[in-house]
Parts: sequence; structure tokens; C-alpha cells
Amino acid sequence: MNMSKNREIPPLHPASTMDFLPPAQLRDVQFTRLKIMVQRAYDRVSLFRERMNERKLKPADLRSMDDIVKLPFTVKTDLRDTYPFGLCASPMSEIVRFHASSGTTGKPIVVAYTQEDLDDWTRAVLRSLAACGVHNGDIVQIAYGYGLFTGGLGLHYGAEALGASVIPISGGNTDRQIMLMKDFGVTVICCTPSYFLHLIDRAGEMGINMKELPLRIGVFGAEPWTEDMRERIEAGSDIKAYDIYGLSEIVGPGVAMECVHQAGPHIFEDLFFPEIIDPKTLEPLPDGEEGELVLTTLCKRAMPMIRYRTRDITSLEPTRCVCGRTLRRIRRIGRRSDDMLIIRGVNLFPSQIEAALLKVEGTLPHYQIIVDRQRDLDTLEVQVEVTADAFSDTVSAMEQMQKRLVHSIEGITGLRPAVKLVAPRTLQRSEGKAKRVIDKRIM
Amino acid sequence: MKIKQLSVFLENKPGSLSAPCRLLAKAGINIQTCSLADTREFGILRLVVEDTDKAKRLLQRNGFAVKVTEVIALEVADQPGGLAAILDALEGTGINVEYAYSLTGRTKSGHALLLFRFSDPNAALQVLKERNINTVGSEELTKRLKG
Repeated sequence: MNMSKNREIPPLHPASTMDFLPPAQLRDVQFTRLKIMVQRAYDRVSLFRERMNERKLKPADLRSMDDIVKLPFTVKTDLRDTYPFGLCASPMSEIVRFHASSGTTGKPIVVAYTQEDLDDWTRAVLRSLAACGVHNGDIVQIAYGYGLFTGGLGLHYGAEALGASVIPISGGNTDRQIMLMKDFGVTVICCTPSYFLHLIDRAGEMGINMKELPLRIGVFGAEPWTEDMRERIEAGSDIKAYDIYGLSEIVGPGVAMECVHQAGPHIFEDLFFPEIIDPKTLEPLPDGEEGELVLTTLCKRAMPMIRYRTRDITSLEPTRCVCGRTLRRIRRIGRRSDDMLIIRGVNLFPSQIEAALLKVEGTLPHYQIIVDRQRDLDTLEVQVEVTADAFSDTVSAMEQMQKRLVHSIEGITGLRPAVKLVAPRTLQRSEGKAKRVIDKRIM
Repeated sequence: MKIKQLSVFLENKPGSLSAPCRLLAKAGINIQTCSLADTREFGILRLVVEDTDKAKRLLQRNGFAVKVTEVIALEVADQPGGLAAILDALEGTGINVEYAYSLTGRTKSGHALLLFRFSDPNAALQVLKERNINTVGSEELTKRLKG
């Protein structure tokens, strides 16, 4: 088997032509679809109908795409309040699949799909994979969890539709992941970025150098990550790391995806219409300005989403990507508005801690933030897994590293944390997603 | 002559020391000597074993953060001033003793064996050689511990 990396960029996949629609035509497609979707949601979902009636708005009042701002927002609690099927716009006889969030507390969030919805989703994932250079002939290892979580099955069908050879290994069982990656000559891996870092470390321990494997593309998502993390992944494995974006409420992975230029995920705008709003005033913001991403599904039948507030903080890039796609890009999402912690009055995002840790020599990507309150004072502890690279034999060197970590975090966040060094692989991970924050405060 | 030593990162909590020791025991790897450095939160277990590479692979495979470092084993006269004589030899050379610990087991009568980690092992070896202070290599060490 040829074990070297093939860097050729394949010719454009036919399905990708939708990525290059002239803007005016794209607008037409979007508006035509919006009208049909809103009419359907109005007719079939009482929550949408009531909210539009409150605003004295009828589907026919939408005259252009700009009128989308007249529509009411949908939020996560709407899905909880209508659990399980309250937002369904299709009868059970047309629904062919459910997915649900892994919600650790209370009821999960349920999403439903008709066969056409699944076909649209498959095409969005196919276009995602094609955009970053995956093609027929690639061996794709899907290490996202299969099941209620949208990650595994979403990538699975898209990769199959592309004609790639799929290994549906699902999450976990790291040693077997590495064995198959090597033995099959896997060229594309799909998983969370933190899990891939773990795979690199583990492969090293098993005496396998990821740089020498044919693996060349990583499709990483399902958790916010930073540019520093991308650099570390690429340096540690000699692959290209691409950011795939998605959320179950909208469809799953494949809402947006980076092209080979790695310049932020392109939103598949013909399927999912993006807006950026000010999360406080809820007013729309122009392209280029940072705010909360709001998405409207233009084709979803079983469970249409109108102006869904994602809580993800980003901006829409005002410039066209060099790849020529007319699809707008979101800036990579490093944080979510509901990820924000307020500690001693200071706003803190987990991505800031990650950036601070990666700045320190002997980089340490696995961490957990523990916030507590002792005698009315917030405490911030950052637990960091010691890697073989970062470990040094003397107590003084370890304590110096600990100090450098404290300083780095304090420099970036303005908060002085307690840094605790813990043994490799002791921090919790769920479904391959790193659990970054434990907030023990009772508010 | 330098001796290879394994250092293992441990959390300072009950049970963390037994895990690596059990692994080595199961694989039939004998610990020739060890020492434990500890802080309030973490510890560093330092080990000298016969097959360093095998032990390293085993520990790494089981998820431990492991480093191989080089230490120097010195024969020290088991009498007042034995250790001082060695430290005197290093006086003024700028070579720092990072840490030291003694070897368990029987050694040549009238002598103790101490393991040193110097800031600059090669420079230390040079100085010790000039002062005719005996260093003990891995093979010799194994022989003495068994004999």
C-alpha cells in the first residue's frame, strides 16, 4: 500500500456547482424556498402560527429575502417546551428518522427528518467533504458517535454519497481506531478536534508516527476550537485540518464547511440562511460585524426552523473567498454566547484558556475549567493533562511550567487561576467531545 | 558511565503509585531502585530497571507520561565525609546536583551507591574522572545488585 500522502486537489464534484451560483440567482433560490417553508410552518406548526399572528404577519407578507427579519425567532427552549414532536410539520407517516441531543440534564432535544430532509442533508455533507478535497477513492474513517447524535450518521451518508470508502467505526476504542487507520491506509478522518489530538498522542505511544500515514484530511467539528489548535493538529500529523460546522436543531454537521483555503466555513446558503444579530438588542448586524449566528432552514420539511438562535458568536465575512464560492463564510467559531462564564465579574470564554495553554511551551491541549464559589468568592481552577512532551523529570521544571501556565492565563483573561497538573487521560470526555467547563457554583 | 532512569508523572492521590508498579510487576520487570519526589499536587516517580526501553514502552502504552533521563551512579565511602568528598570535587565547577538518592540492595562492603542527577552529566563525569571517583555503569550495577 502506498503510505505517502497524496496532495492532489480533485476536480470539482458536480454537486458542488450549487456552491458557485451567481448571487442574484442564489437569492432567488433562497426566497422561493423561504416562502414555501414559511407557508408550511405556518399551516402545520401551532407555535410558528401563533407567533406570526402575534406580529400580525402572514406568510404572504414576505416580499423579498430582506423581509426575513420580520419573522419571529426560535430558541432552544422552544424545542424543549414542545418535546418531543411539537414542532413537527410532517405526519409520522412521512418521518423516517429522529436524532436527539445528548442532553445530560432533563429531556433531550429531538429533531425529525423526512426522506427528502435526509437527502438534502446528505447532499450538504457531500458538498462539505468535496469542498475540502475529499473524493471517490478516499478511505474515510468516521469516529463521530453513531446513534442519536447527528455526527456519525450525518458524515456517514454524505461520505457514501460522494463515493468514498467509509469505515463506520464510531467513537471510542482509540487503539483500534489507530490500528485501522494504519492498516487500511485511511486518508480522511472525521471526529472532534480534541479527540484527534488524543489519537495523535496515542499513536505516538504505540510507536506510530501519524505523519508517515497516508492520512491527509481531518474533518473536525462538534466543539469550538481555535486556530492554535489547528496549527498543533497539522504540525503533529501533517494533515490539513478543516472546520465543519453544524447543529442538530438545523440538521447536524454540514451546515457550513471550510474549503481547501481554510478561510472559515462556507454556509450552504441555498439550504440554511444565515443572519448575524446583536444578542442583546436582537437587531440584525451587517456582514463583518460580530454577533450571534441565526439560521433559517430553507428546505427542511419534518422540522423547519425559522430564525433559530444558535448562540454561536461569529461574523459573516464581507469578502468573497479565493475559491470562488458565492456562499458566504462564517468566521471560525471559538465561542458560544452561552459558553461564557462570568467569574468575579470578568467574562471568560473557554477558548481563551485554550489559547493561553497553547501559548506555553510544551503545549497542553487537554484541559478542564472548574469554577466554584468559596466564601462568596468565585474560584477558577484549570486542570491540565500532562503530556509526555510537556513532562520533565524535575519538580522545579514542572513547577515552573505550572507558573508559566498561570501567567499565560492571567495575561489573556485577567483572572489568576489555580493550575493543577493531572495525569494523561484523566479528564472527562463525552462522545469524544471534551467537557471543558464544570461550574459548581449554585447561583 | 551514565545510567538510564525512567521518570513517571503521578498525581498525588491514593493509588496513583501502585498503578505503574503493578504494571511492571505483571510484566516481570524488577525495579532496581526508585525514589519518589512529591509536591502537594503531583509526584515524580523515578525508577531504575534492567530493561528501560521495555518498561518505557509498557508505561507509555498504558497512558503514563514517561521520560528517560540519565543519572550517574557513584560509589561513596560509607563513612563520615564520604558524600562531602564528592561534593567537594564539584565545588566551583558550576555543576548543580538536581537530586540524588541511594540505591537499595547490597553493594560492595564499606561503600554505598548513590544516584545523582547533575545539571550537566557529561561535565560531571569529566570532573569525577579527574578526581578518580568511581562511577558504576548499568551492567556493573545489575551484577552488584544480584551478587
